Amino acid sequence: MRAEGQRLAGATVAAMLRQLLRHNETWLAILIVVLCAGITIANPAFLTYENVAGFLKSSSMTGIMAVGVLIVLILSGSPDVSFTAIAQVVEYAVAVATLQWGGNIYLALAAAAAMGVLMGLVNGAIVHWFRVPTIIVTIATFNIYFGMLYVITHGKLINLVHPMFRDFGNTLLFSRVSSIGASYGLSLMTLVWLAAVLLGWFILRKTFLGRSVFAIGGNEVAAERLGIAMLRTRLFAFGFVGLLSGVAAVVHLSIVQAVVPNIIVGKELEVIAAVVLGGASVFGGKGTALGAALGVLLFAILNNGLTLLNVSSYWYNVTIGVVITVAITNSAYQALRRRRARVHVKVEA
Amino acid sequence: MEEFLRLEKIHKSFVGVHALKGVDFTLRKGEIHCLVGENGCGKSTLIKIISGVLQPDSGRIVVEGQPVASLGSAATMARGIQVIYQDLSLFPNLTVAENIAIAEVKERGGGVVDWDEVRRIARAAMARIRVDLDLDAEVGELPIGVQQLVAICRALTSDLKLLILDEPTASLPKHDIENLLSVVRDLQAHGIAVLFVSHKLNEIFAVAERITVFRDGERVATLPPNELDDDRLVALMTGRTLARKVFAFADASARKVLEVRGLSKRNHFADVSLELRAGEIVGLTGLIGSGRTELALALFGISPAESGEIRVEGKPVQIRSVQDAVAAGIAYVPENRLVQGLVMKHSVEANVTATVLDRLLGRLGLVDPARKQALAREWIKALGIKVSNPAVPVQTLSGGNQQKVVIAKWLAASPRILILDGPTVGVDVMAKAAIHDYVRGLAARGMAVLLITDEEAEAVANTNRILIMRAGRIRDEIVAAAAEAEQVQQLVEAPS
Repeated sequence: MRAEGQRLAGATVAAMLRQLLRHNETWLAILIVVLCAGITIANPAFLTYENVAGFLKSSSMTGIMAVGVLIVLILSGSPDVSFTAIAQVVEYAVAVATLQWGGNIYLALAAAAAMGVLMGLVNGAIVHWFRVPTIIVTIATFNIYFGMLYVITHGKLINLVHPMFRDFGNTLLFSRVSSIGASYGLSLMTLVWLAAVLLGWFILRKTFLGRSVFAIGGNEVAAERLGIAMLRTRLFAFGFVGLLSGVAAVVHLSIVQAVVPNIIVGKELEVIAAVVLGGASVFGGKGTALGAALGVLLFAILNNGLTLLNVSSYWYNVTIGVVITVAITNSAYQALRRRRARVHVKVEA
Repeated sequence: MEEFLRLEKIHKSFVGVHALKGVDFTLRKGEIHCLVGENGCGKSTLIKIISGVLQPDSGRIVVEGQPVASLGSAATMARGIQVIYQDLSLFPNLTVAENIAIAEVKERGGGVVDWDEVRRIARAAMARIRVDLDLDAEVGELPIGVQQLVAICRALTSDLKLLILDEPTASLPKHDIENLLSVVRDLQAHGIAVLFVSHKLNEIFAVAERITVFRDGERVATLPPNELDDDRLVALMTGRTLARKVFAFADASARKVLEVRGLSKRNHFADVSLELRAGEIVGLTGLIGSGRTELALALFGISPAESGEIRVEGKPVQIRSVQDAVAAGIAYVPENRLVQGLVMKHSVEANVTATVLDRLLGRLGLVDPARKQALAREWIKALGIKVSNPAVPVQTLSGGNQQKVVIAKWLAASPRILILDGPTVGVDVMAKAAIHDYVRGLAARGMAVLLITDEEAEAVANTNRILIMRAGRIRDEIVAAAAEAEQVQQLVEAPS
């Protein structure tokens, strides 16, 4: 009787494990653990509170963006690439405006979010009304936004920003003081990232709006026939990536405390790669907020690890390229395999 | 019986085409009503008007005794009318539960999704047609027959009174068709009317209580099945009577064009031997998964065999690729013309000439557009493809005409051996007869034809021998002239 019970419990655990291993996130988590173990063995400085908190802070901008990029990728099966330009423009505008008029960090965040939403909505509107693929529209608006920024500012750097950003960026939780007297701890920026992930998870998993994003990503025609609000859902997705880009801009500004007007652009591929690594399908309709967060985390660890191991940081770029290539070919291969699996013949001996 | 829906004097025109010419049509509560007619007879337009996708130019629509100004899509659903289109409108990336419940969740106003409720809705719908599907399975991973059940379950989540099924069986394997027909009868037992559109006469007779025939935008008849038979129905649909002759193979001692010995491929088929003589049409049939399509793909080099011998005109040939097969004089018209046979967005001309571009080279080694167009026109005429101009995209043609384009494309390469895989799937009666006649004509001129089909009757009427595959092997061979369709069916479904 007891043996039977144990056997059943064992079977349940095995079933749960199998279920768990079907999720991309599980594999990613395993990969992260292995990577962390490897780097720590090579350089024990990696797995210290100070170091971990450090890279969790510095990757919070891409982490926040990734959540928005994920939602558009699920919706369109084609990535938004304008989000870095949006963040760049917002960062510059917010830095200038706060120097001019002052204000507080909440106002700055709200203004940044609003500006990001507006720029995102432009993408959404064009995609909806003119049926242009997301990647084409956003390459175009990327150039418009980023180009306008340079036309207006002539690429001038801003070395001094309003002190509220420093205060915001340096806010720590569970802080400690290092041997050389610098304080470190869990950054508020990391918590903003966490909040973005939770928000993305809630919207995607728990709201009908989020499910509409999946439905449109899976079968646009069917979604329309079902009466799903196409315009509203599209505007939401593109507005949301705009919003998060705005917030990410303030986070970045608070970390860097200066504006170099081409520092954020160029990070598109890194963010998209992280999202795809997190299990989002490049054909749309699939992906999770947790996966996107783990993808960003993995890249953050990799970047940090390469530095600690004194390896050329260009390996990081190579890795991003490899991840995108593997992810795309894998998605395509899975689709191919499914088609083939249907015509399996049981040949009699 | 009480009537659910009445259409009176419905007119509908599109640019230059009078699609419905004053149609009267009634549908009773809880009846199974089949709608038949050739492609372009107006039945699709009628469905779209009933489902609210199109508005009639004039006429009256009465639902449950109440005149309705017009049926918008949302208004239609609110009246309990649902359509399941051929593409099923499912979300391949979502689970069975969510696919079933999504419409109902949306009706309730969306907001925050209660996943337990989603599962309850899905279970309740499945219970109504007594199916039991894995709620967590991703729909894209399921076979098409199961997907169809998911689509029906979704329709059942609303207060369903009329379900319109638009050619639901066109892409279903036989077993699933029977399953679907029994679900349809189940729906009727729940008092739900079903309007069933199909080209397959045998299922129409199996399931319908009344049959309405459309021709050229008019309703020509509505009759119970016992007042109709195949010939009468075809006559009503086409306005003509088709004289069906059984195919006769003239010269049993003609030379062997294709000889296959011991052809095998792991997990596909094993030890297949067959012969085709010049002028012969040989039928090849079997269930999906019996290996028949896989065999055709091997003969055409798409997924080559691993062992065995192939001879063409007595000479051994190696078929490792499509190029090898084409060089050996083999042509293949695939089962799924949309996926494998045609570039849908390209013109009829481009599709027809795709296999023979190398023969149309002019000076400088470039394709000569005049010769290309001339060749396309020749084939359009030869096969009677209904198209205003060779430059129109193939996707604008009707199914039957698309099928003719695929056939033209391969015939242009003047093959010795023609493999046709399901050449009349989804094609209406007249186009089907035209394709059969054409294939016979090819055989009469000495081509050897391998006709792969799901329809036993098609094999019996149009071939001289029928090969039956089960579990990857050719298990039976029968003489078509002496066979009945039922007998072939029994062999196809026999335990291997």
